[in-house]
Amino acid sequence: MAIAAEDVFYSYNAGTPAEHAALEGVSFSVERGERVSIVGHTGSGKSTLAQHLNLLLFPRSGSVSIDGVSSKPGSPDARELRRKVGLVFQYPETQFFAETARDEIRFAPSNWGMRGDDLDACVDEAADAAGIEPSLLDSNPFSMSGGQRRRVAIASVIAMKPDYLVLDEPTAGLDAAGVRGLERILSDIRARGLAVVQVTHDLESALAHSDRILVLERGRAVASGTPEEIAVFLADNPVQGLLMPPTARFAMGLRSRGIDVSVTSGVPELVSALEKAERPDE
Amino acid sequence: MERAPVFSFRGVVYSYGGSCSPALSGVDLEIMPGEWVALLGANGSGKSTLAKICNALLLPAQGDCFVLGMDVSAPENIPLIRQSVALVFQNPEDQIVASIVEEDVAFGPENLRLPQAEIRRRVDAALELTGLADMKRRGSYTLSGGQKQRLALAGALALEPRALVLDESTSMLDPEGRASFLERIGELNTHGMTMIQITHRMDEIFFASRVVVLQSGRVAWDGESSDFWDGPYLSFDFEEPPELALYRELKARGFVPSGTIPRVDDLLESLWL
Repeated sequence: MAIAAEDVFYSYNAGTPAEHAALEGVSFSVERGERVSIVGHTGSGKSTLAQHLNLLLFPRSGSVSIDGVSSKPGSPDARELRRKVGLVFQYPETQFFAETARDEIRFAPSNWGMRGDDLDACVDEAADAAGIEPSLLDSNPFSMSGGQRRRVAIASVIAMKPDYLVLDEPTAGLDAAGVRGLERILSDIRARGLAVVQVTHDLESALAHSDRILVLERGRAVASGTPEEIAVFLADNPVQGLLMPPTARFAMGLRSRGIDVSVTSGVPELVSALEKAERPDE
Repeated sequence: MERAPVFSFRGVVYSYGGSCSPALSGVDLEIMPGEWVALLGANGSGKSTLAKICNALLLPAQGDCFVLGMDVSAPENIPLIRQSVALVFQNPEDQIVASIVEEDVAFGPENLRLPQAEIRRRVDAALELTGLADMKRRGSYTLSGGQKQRLALAGALALEPRALVLDESTSMLDPEGRASFLERIGELNTHGMTMIQITHRMDEIFFASRVVVLQSGRVAWDGESSDFWDGPYLSFDFEEPPELALYRELKARGFVPSGTIPRVDDLLESLWL
C-alpha cells in the first residue's frame, strides 16, 4: 500500500506567457507506516508535489497512484482516493472557523454524515492522536498557543481517518518548544500505522526524524535516500537554501578526521564518539 | 587620537504612555567606535526601545544620552544624529518606500539634498555591498523576504552612517540567508562600522565582540562575547543553539580550550585530531 508519483511534470499557468514549470520529472513514493520528508528551498516545487499526493493537482505528464489506483481530474474515484490522504496546509490555523476545538475537529466527519457516539469517538481519537488534552477540546482555538492551534488543525485532518498524512511546513512559525512537541506527535501518528509525509525546509528536523528524504531543487529531484545518505550527499553537493545543521557539519568534520560517527548524531553521541577515540598523550 | 564613544547612556529611563512599568529603568552603557555589540533580551526587555533612543526616534525621560558626543536632548543635534545612526527594523516591508529597488535606496540620500552624482554613487555602493546590484531595476515588492531585508539594509547604508542598529533584522531570513546577511554585516564592521545587533538568538552572537543583556529595562550583563558564551548565558532564559551545547560539552571534557568560538569550523580545528 503506497502513494507512488512517477516522472511527474507540472506547470502553473500552462499555455500562457506566465507559464512556470514547478515539477520536472519527479518520482517519489511513500508506504503506509513510513515517515518521509520532502526538503527543498522556497520555490523548489515541494508544496506542488505535496498537492499531487492527495490529487489536489494532477500531473501534466507522468502519474500519481494511491494504493495502486491512479485517477484523472474530475473522475468519481478521485474523491474516494483523496479521502485516504489527509493534507495539512501551511499555517492551517488561518482557516479555522469554529468556536471550539471540538467543533473544528468534528466538521469533516459530521459533513460526511457521521453522528452520535461514532462522531464523539472519532473526535476523541483524533484529538488524542494529535496530543490535545481533553480539557482543551471546549476551548476557543483563537485563544490557544500557536502549538496548540497547529495540533487542532492536525486533529481535524486525522478525524477524516486518512491512511496517509501529508503536512506542508508543519513547524513553520512555532517556537523551539512547539517544534519539539509537534515532532513527538508526528512520531506517535506514524506509530499508529499512518504514513507521515512532511514538506519542510528544515533540514535538521528532516535528518532527525525521517526514514527517507527527497531533496528537490528547482523542480527536480536531486537526491533521495536515508538521512545518512542525504547528509553525505549534501556535504559534497550543497543545495541552495538547505543548510546542514551544526551537529551534522560537526559529524562530517569528525569523519574526515577518521572518527566514525553517524551524521544524524546529536550532541551526546558526538561527544561520546570523541571520548572513545584514541587521544595521544600530551 | 582621542576615541570618543559612539553611544554614551547614563541612567537612561523611558516609559511609554499609559504603561505602568518603564521600558527602560536606568540604562548605563558606553559603546566605542568599531565595536560590534550584540544586544540580547527577551520580549519586553527594552531592547527595541533602546534601539530607538540610539538615533533619537525616542528621547529619554530621564538620564543623559550622547550620540557621537551630541546630546540627544538638544533638538538642533537631531538631524545629524539621525544621519549618523541608521536603524534597520525587523520587518523590511515597513521600511520600503519606493516601488523600484534603486529608487528606494536613493530615498535617504535624496532627503539629505545631496548632489545627483553623489546620490548615484551612494546608491550604487549600497546596492553593491548588499548584493542587489543586479536587481536595481526590479520592483521592490517582487523581491523575496531575504532580498527585501537586504534592500532595507541598503537604504540604511546609503546614508553612510557611522553606526548601524539592527533590530532583529534577520528575522525574515532562512538559515542560509541569515548566514550570508551576517557575513555582509561583518565586512562593514571590519571596515570600522559600529554595530548594535539586537537579537534573541544566541547563534547570532558569535560574530559580536561584546554582549549586553537587557532584562526588565536594565543591563543585566555586559562583557566580552567569549566570556558570555563560556557560561553566563546559562543563567538567562535563552534557547541554547546546538553549537553552544557542543562547545559546552567539549570544553567540559577538555577537548577544546575555553574561549574557542562556538562555530563548527572553529570547534573542529581546536580538537587534537
